[in-house]
Amino acid sequence: MNGKAVTDAAVDAALLQADWRDFVALTKPRVMTLVVFTGLCGLLVAPGHLPLVLAFTAILCIAVGAGAAGALNQWYESDRDAKMKRTAGRPLPAGRMSRQSALHFGVGLSFFSVLLLGLATNWFAAAILATSILFYVFVYTIWLKPRTVQNIVIGGAAGAFPPLIGWVAVTGSVAPLPIALFALIFFWTPPHFWSLALFVRMDYANAGIPMLPVVAGEVATRRQILFYTAIMAVAALAPVLLSLTGVIYGVTALVATGVFAAMAMQVGLRRESDPARMGPEKRLFKYSVLYLFLLFSAVVVDHWVNLGSVQA
Amino acid sequence: MTPEQQQEIQKRQRSRAIAMALVLGALVVLFFCITIAKMSH
Repeated sequence: MNGKAVTDAAVDAALLQADWRDFVALTKPRVMTLVVFTGLCGLLVAPGHLPLVLAFTAILCIAVGAGAAGALNQWYESDRDAKMKRTAGRPLPAGRMSRQSALHFGVGLSFFSVLLLGLATNWFAAAILATSILFYVFVYTIWLKPRTVQNIVIGGAAGAFPPLIGWVAVTGSVAPLPIALFALIFFWTPPHFWSLALFVRMDYANAGIPMLPVVAGEVATRRQILFYTAIMAVAALAPVLLSLTGVIYGVTALVATGVFAAMAMQVGLRRESDPARMGPEKRLFKYSVLYLFLLFSAVVVDHWVNLGSVQA
Repeated sequence: MTPEQQQEIQKRQRSRAIAMALVLGALVVLFFCITIAKMSH
């Protein structure tokens, strides 16, 4: 794109003002689904009672906080997003919104979500939400992502906070179960992202993002997927081994993790660098999303069944 | 600016204003409900 085209796009964005749908797109609604779900699960399994409207507000704040972090991420990465096929259609690189609007929107939502969570539930939960937003924006997006192949390993912590926030919103304190759920998401993130990175490697390379397949190569990435899947399996089984959950979660975790491990094994042991032939990698990526939904659903069902049997 | 562009700007301004009104209305209801819940909790 030449200088004039960039100027024209900026002028158009300033004049045309973004549509409300562009602001929604800025919050990465698809990523938010998983964030809201894991946050809700953390809230549902926490001991104690939170009135329905306050519970709804807590989940709303987690969603808005995640959206704010997503908006600030897109604000900072608009130049890089323009170079990637997967992200070129986002509101900023497509020229449908000015960067300043995205920045104001992201900062505004951040303050709003943290303050509302603090007022509606407690300030400990609000502090964790603020930490997760700051971590995602400053530690992951600005510091780690453009600099190290370990970006998503450490940055994954930002996405692991929601169940902890949900739990703390109810109880006001931290306990072993939400920490185990945090660890599960934390160690799930590398195989999830690297399976994606394998088949969109060129996108990351073109954008200059040092994702593992770009820097260390395809074979090393496959090995790392296997390594982190093994750690994730331990994290997935930890809640039942530590008697934090019951048999329903235990069986679900065992079966679902077994399937995950089998798929990761297939990805880990094959050698294929053509994205068009990366069926197993794409399947692992899709299954990893389902896997997290399954395990977190099992935690909630397990909790309710145990609660029912105790009350009976 | 062409008439089409002007029309598009007005369309977007209208849709943003409606979206903003709905969000503000929802927030009024939410804050009211939070206040009641906090008072009786």
